[in-house]
Amino acid sequence: MARTRRRFNYSAVIGTIPMILVAVGVFVIGIAFTFFWSFTSSKLFPAYDFVGLRQYYRLWASDRWLVSVSNIWIYGLLTIGGNMVFGFLLAVFMDQKIHAEDLLRSIFLYPFAMSLIVTGLVWQWALDPNLGLQSAMHHWGWASFKFAPLVDVNTAIYGLVVAGIWQGSGVSMAIMLAGLRGIDSEIWKAAKVDGIPPWRTYLFIALPMMRGALATAFVLQCVSVVRVYDLIIAMTGGGPGISTNMPAVYVIDMITSSQNVGQGMAAATMMLVPIILLLSIVGIVGWRRRVRAEAGA
Amino acid sequence: MASVSIRKLGVSFGSLSVLRDLDLEVAEGEFVVLLGPSGCGKSTLLNAVAGLLDIDDGQVWIGGKNVTWEEPKDRGIGMVFQSYALYPRMTAEGNLTFGLRVAGVAKDEIAKRVARTAELLQIEPLLKRRPAELSGGQRQRVAIGRALVREAGVFLFDEPLSNLDAKLRTELRVELKKLHMTLGSTMIYVTHDQIEALTLADRVAVMHRGVIQQLASPKEIYQRPVNRFVAGFVGSPAMNFVSGELVANSDPVLRTADGTEIRLAGYPFNERPQSGRKVDLGVRPEQIHFDSTAPGATALPLALTLVEPMGADSLLWGSIGDQSVSLRIGPDETHKIGEKVNVHFQPAAASIFDAETGERL
Amino acid sequence: MSTVVSSADTRRAGAGPREDARAQAAGPKPARLSPGRVGIYAFLIVSALFFLIPLYIMVVTSLKGMPEIRLGHLFNLPSEVTFKPWSDAWLHACTGRDCFGLSPGFMNSVKITIPSVILSILIGSINGYALSFWRYKGANLLFGILLFGAFVPYQVVIYPLIIGFRIMGIYSTLTCIIIVHTIFGMPILTLLYRNFYAGLPIELFKAARVDGAGFWKTFFYVMVPMSVPITIVAVIIQVTGIWNDFLFGIIFSGRPNWPMTVQLNNIVNTTTGVREYNVNMAATILTAAVPLAIYFISGRWFVRGIAAGAVKG
Repeated sequence: MARTRRRFNYSAVIGTIPMILVAVGVFVIGIAFTFFWSFTSSKLFPAYDFVGLRQYYRLWASDRWLVSVSNIWIYGLLTIGGNMVFGFLLAVFMDQKIHAEDLLRSIFLYPFAMSLIVTGLVWQWALDPNLGLQSAMHHWGWASFKFAPLVDVNTAIYGLVVAGIWQGSGVSMAIMLAGLRGIDSEIWKAAKVDGIPPWRTYLFIALPMMRGALATAFVLQCVSVVRVYDLIIAMTGGGPGISTNMPAVYVIDMITSSQNVGQGMAAATMMLVPIILLLSIVGIVGWRRRVRAEAGA
Repeated sequence: MASVSIRKLGVSFGSLSVLRDLDLEVAEGEFVVLLGPSGCGKSTLLNAVAGLLDIDDGQVWIGGKNVTWEEPKDRGIGMVFQSYALYPRMTAEGNLTFGLRVAGVAKDEIAKRVARTAELLQIEPLLKRRPAELSGGQRQRVAIGRALVREAGVFLFDEPLSNLDAKLRTELRVELKKLHMTLGSTMIYVTHDQIEALTLADRVAVMHRGVIQQLASPKEIYQRPVNRFVAGFVGSPAMNFVSGELVANSDPVLRTADGTEIRLAGYPFNERPQSGRKVDLGVRPEQIHFDSTAPGATALPLALTLVEPMGADSLLWGSIGDQSVSLRIGPDETHKIGEKVNVHFQPAAASIFDAETGERL
Repeated sequence: MSTVVSSADTRRAGAGPREDARAQAAGPKPARLSPGRVGIYAFLIVSALFFLIPLYIMVVTSLKGMPEIRLGHLFNLPSEVTFKPWSDAWLHACTGRDCFGLSPGFMNSVKITIPSVILSILIGSINGYALSFWRYKGANLLFGILLFGAFVPYQVVIYPLIIGFRIMGIYSTLTCIIIVHTIFGMPILTLLYRNFYAGLPIELFKAARVDGAGFWKTFFYVMVPMSVPITIVAVIIQVTGIWNDFLFGIIFSGRPNWPMTVQLNNIVNTTTGVREYNVNMAATILTAAVPLAIYFISGRWFVRGIAAGAVKG
């Protein structure tokens, strides 16, 4: 008598076949294959011999990979830090009932609308050692001005950071401004009545209250840093030498021109590690907050 | 017109059982209101009748046909929702006809039905408008119209008036009642508003925690609630409860904690009262009077504490020990606060509930 | 999410320095420019210059002749405006042996973008709809995998995709790149539409069920007409995203179908001989023109797209 009815709608399954294919076929099976091939000696074409961790040993012995990893740390810390701080400052200043807010917002955000290839090429030109910013300053009489990072092995990565901040800080600003404006207006009134100076209100009251916006901006930045590829190709091509290589460039190079798929797959698997760590942290924090909320309720 | 029969219905969401073993028979042409606080399962029950959710157990019969496994469209129902749920990008007419068009009803038949419904609900001038161009009341009329054009045997209403302001709610309530008289269709109506329930229903089903507590005429529900929940939920201002212990002499008496004795002579006990039983005496505020002449009236000693003017009348508050009691008085009556008075009620019209089970004695 | 952004102006009645200034001012007219105010505008204007200078040098460089550029006056306005770099960039600039400028790349980008946008939005909206109203067993798991996919570095799945497309025999074709864009647009679009549909009253869906509309009829007759605003956001996200793509274009589209970004990079970075900076900059502007136009026309919708894409749940 206890018959359970589960309405199983075939149309819904048929309608989401593309989703099923992509979720399973690309993001599960695809990643599994990448993982699998990282344990093989695949060259131009996939091989199916098991070579253990050899690709990983080789990877971590490769100068190019080590430079790539150190670059992503430098680039990541500086652009993420820069974008978060600069974005927050812009958001706070934009929040002062200023004139032409829409115009300024458009200006801060337009780089984000453009391709990273465009960003890279523009900054490559602006930082050109002979005809760019540096020479313009010299012509204006500032003969000692030196800013041509892209031609020097030691500084090229900082050129990328400048472009990264130029491209990405507007987005942080937009997200944080939305976060700021999502704060209950009575908080501001209360802080004013209590006589708390505005900078303190922003730093100690508003900032902790916009955790969601901060987390969002942060995660977004992290993902784009790990993926960064176009910018490097357009701006430095990974050079001078190997000085601006990054993991994303390394992987693509391995599976295309270097014809060393096994190596590329090992590097790709390594790229997945920080993302999984980041997602786990976000997941655990969210889970703990939910548990605490339930315990409090 | 069709009857509705719900048999041993069980619904759960995950591990949470919302309805269990629920039976309800609605006769042809009857207007049944499901009344209860939010979360009592009344909307779940209505959705189960409509076929809008998966049930775990039991059967639903409409018009003598087992429709437990039928799609909503095949059950012969029309439904009106709280948020109106009008399709925003269609005109009122489009909303009315969508279901018929989906079902492939002939064009002239659709036109005929729309004309009839629009006339009945007086929405002819609104037919070409979009929902955004209609007021709340007009939207709900169109929503009712959308249910009516289906010419179904049963109409289901899910809190249809609770998004409207008080005045419109009263107006539409009256219209719904007229509509029911005109059409004579079976209607099942969910609400948490007891006024709607009492005014509209042939029978009211008071629900609490997934169980129908009492299914009876509005009068019965109001006058002879079967348990403390129904007694407390129905009626505004709420019923007074005085708790104490039964003393079963030849004339049973209620003794409160502070020693006050209230005579209960004339109360129709279902079973012989036993001394020492803890009970709650329930008396509605309008059943308590200063006047002691009514037949069988019994005295209630009260220390007056507060007057709440409510317009048409006032509510006078007093206490017996630490228990509050209210009664309705005329708007112009004056009483001295702090004074000790005797007020009177007829035990025959009151209710007595077991303090533990809450059941009527 | 979008409401946060759009409610931006309806907020508090003045916090911050301006209020302070008003409190100190004695007369009815508030002191308009306190030092704090000047500082705020100074910061914002300097920041705006930082963002605008690259655009400025792009434009002025593209309008100069090469002799003038070689003088090294990066910021000077062109002494003699020339549009030749623009026509060169469009029609004659060379990538390798071909010298047809960017126009073939532009056409390729159009051919890639339009079908990709339509297909990805259609699929994303059906996914979001199914996930909101027709959640079958396992649907949430699929959605979880898809969300995970939004964070995965593309490099992790590119090679398996190449192999897969090779087996299917469509690698390096227009179809291939369109499918790739549809795949990688799916996580964000599904999330976008799911959040949108989940915000609709469930009663609307129930009403359609009572009216007898099933999965497809409810979708096309009830949901699609309501989805105009979210679809504008989706179109903005997808058109700019796909137009700006470089990585997928160079790997999956095949040489004859290379999109504008790939051709731009080739023109600028792989030319042998003399570098024509003016042509390069004109080409760069041309490539950026479509997304920039969308950005400036759509205005707040674009911001909403960022917020929508960024905020989960």
